[in-house]
Amino acid sequence: MYDSPSLETKVTDKAIKIAAQNVQVFYGDTHAIKDVNVQIQDKTVTAFIGPSGCGKSTFLRCLNRMNDTIDICRVEGDILLDGEDIYDKRVDPVQLRAKVGMVFQKPNPFPKSIYDNIAYGPRIHGLAKSKADLDEIVERSLRRGAIWDEVKDRLHAPGTGLSGGQQQRLCIARAVATEPEVLLMDEPCSALDPIATGQVEELIDELRDSYSVVIVTHSMQQAARVSQKTAFFHLGNLVEYGETSQIFTNPVDSRTESYITGRIG
Amino acid sequence: MTDATASGVPAGKHTSGSLLEQNPRTKRRNAAEARFKMYGMAAVGIGLVFLVLLLVAIVRNGVPAYTQTFLSLPIELKAEALDKNGNRDLDDIRKVSTFGYNPLLDEALLRVVADNGIESDYSGADLRKMISSSAAAQVRDYVLTHPADIGETVEFRVLASSRVDGYLKGRVVREDLERDKNLDAAHLDIIDVLRDEGVVSRTFNWAFIFGADASESRPEQAGIGVSMLGSLFMMIVVLLLSLPIGVAASIYLEEFAPKNRWTDLIEVNISNLAAVPSIVFGILGLAVFIQFMHLPQSAPLVGGLVLTLMTLPTIIISTRASLKSVPPSIRDAALGVGASKMQSVFHHVLPLAMPGILTGTIIGLAQALGETAPLLLIGMVGYIASNYPDGVASGFLDPNSAMPAQIYEWAKRADPAYYERAWGGIIILLLFLMTMNIIAVILRRRFERRW
Repeated sequence: MYDSPSLETKVTDKAIKIAAQNVQVFYGDTHAIKDVNVQIQDKTVTAFIGPSGCGKSTFLRCLNRMNDTIDICRVEGDILLDGEDIYDKRVDPVQLRAKVGMVFQKPNPFPKSIYDNIAYGPRIHGLAKSKADLDEIVERSLRRGAIWDEVKDRLHAPGTGLSGGQQQRLCIARAVATEPEVLLMDEPCSALDPIATGQVEELIDELRDSYSVVIVTHSMQQAARVSQKTAFFHLGNLVEYGETSQIFTNPVDSRTESYITGRIG
Repeated sequence: MTDATASGVPAGKHTSGSLLEQNPRTKRRNAAEARFKMYGMAAVGIGLVFLVLLLVAIVRNGVPAYTQTFLSLPIELKAEALDKNGNRDLDDIRKVSTFGYNPLLDEALLRVVADNGIESDYSGADLRKMISSSAAAQVRDYVLTHPADIGETVEFRVLASSRVDGYLKGRVVREDLERDKNLDAAHLDIIDVLRDEGVVSRTFNWAFIFGADASESRPEQAGIGVSMLGSLFMMIVVLLLSLPIGVAASIYLEEFAPKNRWTDLIEVNISNLAAVPSIVFGILGLAVFIQFMHLPQSAPLVGGLVLTLMTLPTIIISTRASLKSVPPSIRDAALGVGASKMQSVFHHVLPLAMPGILTGTIIGLAQALGETAPLLLIGMVGYIASNYPDGVASGFLDPNSAMPAQIYEWAKRADPAYYERAWGGIIILLLFLMTMNIIAVILRRRFERRW
């Protein structure tokens, strides 16, 4: 469905970061993701939209193998990151997750200081050789997360003491601290108020320069605002994938049109 | 109480009355609620009454055990009785047994009675019934450590016999003595005078808290100290074994183990083990540790092992509960930045679960501290009448007793003075349990984190 001629040319503009081929996901007997093929570009924000339970979060969690923690979950098909199959037996999910960072729906800072929240990833991956190195990484990440100015005077205060929006930006800063190549965001703004949402969206737009960002969202306006590419999921199928502007103005599939005009979902 | 539906008002139709007065249905509902509140308060009240009764009984019966009656006796340590050769050779002095000291005690008692102007036709041996039979040993120990004092007159504070002690505490009355071979009413007359003169006095009895057990006929000398030591050794064994084993098992089961029929079976059985009567663990310990492994009887090590078996389910259940209560978002967060499963558990989940784990451990230990039945089966009721560090009860493999077992032993003995000591022991045991529970509460409050 995403192979309409107008799209073909655009897709080749930028390098393909993640390519999913015939991906199937099962939760026990439930077939949650049905035969999904998608190519996610580097340095682009890709939005996954669709009604609740359509499988967009499930598919997102396949991209850094967070589904491994669910015993009954089974993934078939290939997901290639830079041409390498991430479900290959030789792949250690821990190394993969350092490359593919994740931000969750609910802000979930560790109940530790702001500094330790950011420093944890670099520490366990051995990214800092010295204390000064680590300090620098923490500052850089917090600046990246657009929260440095708000917390620079209280780096050793607990991260859980921040407001919801600040906590979410802290979590984004934590995710970028390990220098990932892809950033997955699972409804990062659903627990935030409009002002905090605006700040996070601005941040996502900036992150596009360095990362491939994949964001799951319930808000079609948000998808339209922040993303360049949009994928619409429905009942476990990838219905349509293309330029965001095209999806929202001139959808090819009737289900997409029904969804964005508010008739389903 | 809530079955007010079958009332006169047809269902689904509201009577259109004033809001200012209750309709019959509301009245009935309110009455039912008031009744239920009363039942609840009555239940709580009954509970409180029993608690108060228990505390009053414990304090009334137990507190007298903490004071003891002493007699101040100036005793002349006659050289011709204690050191016949006159060369102060310790080996010679040691040859005089405690029986050899009795004449000295008799003489001192006769002198005290005479000095205080009491007319009495009792012989020295009769008067000796007023003091503990431990007095001779006490004087002998003194002489052996201070041989230079032989020939001098030294003031001793000797224990009064348990009957005299009971008389001063109001436990023994004159009528009781008619059929008592140990003491007569005439003795009590002497005691009355001696008390007024200050020779007989009741003071706080540290020996009860720190001393060793004593024979059936000397309750005045018995203390709970050695069995406290036995309990301490056992608790060390329990803590060192059950905490690491319990926590490791819980972490594995909760975080790593696959969910299948086997882990379900293990889970069910751990819950069942927590409900197994403790005496079953006792007989298991007897069979495995003593009969099969030939570990010594009455040893705190064996007691500790048995209590470990008993405590493990408690610790595993509470540890798993506190691991479960750590929100999964913390695990996701750790995995999301590329931590391994083990790193996410040890860096994030375990520290958050720690207060719960410690609380569970302390509660488990407190339970083990008060456990008696399994100890009876493995013989942790050793009769240890000598105090640490001279005594036999000095390590994990030496015979010993434990506090609850010691209390049980005392309650079994015939002399009412032991009954009093059993209550006194209960107070110490309860103080330990209360302290441990308070520590558990403080830990929970102190380290509880919000997220």
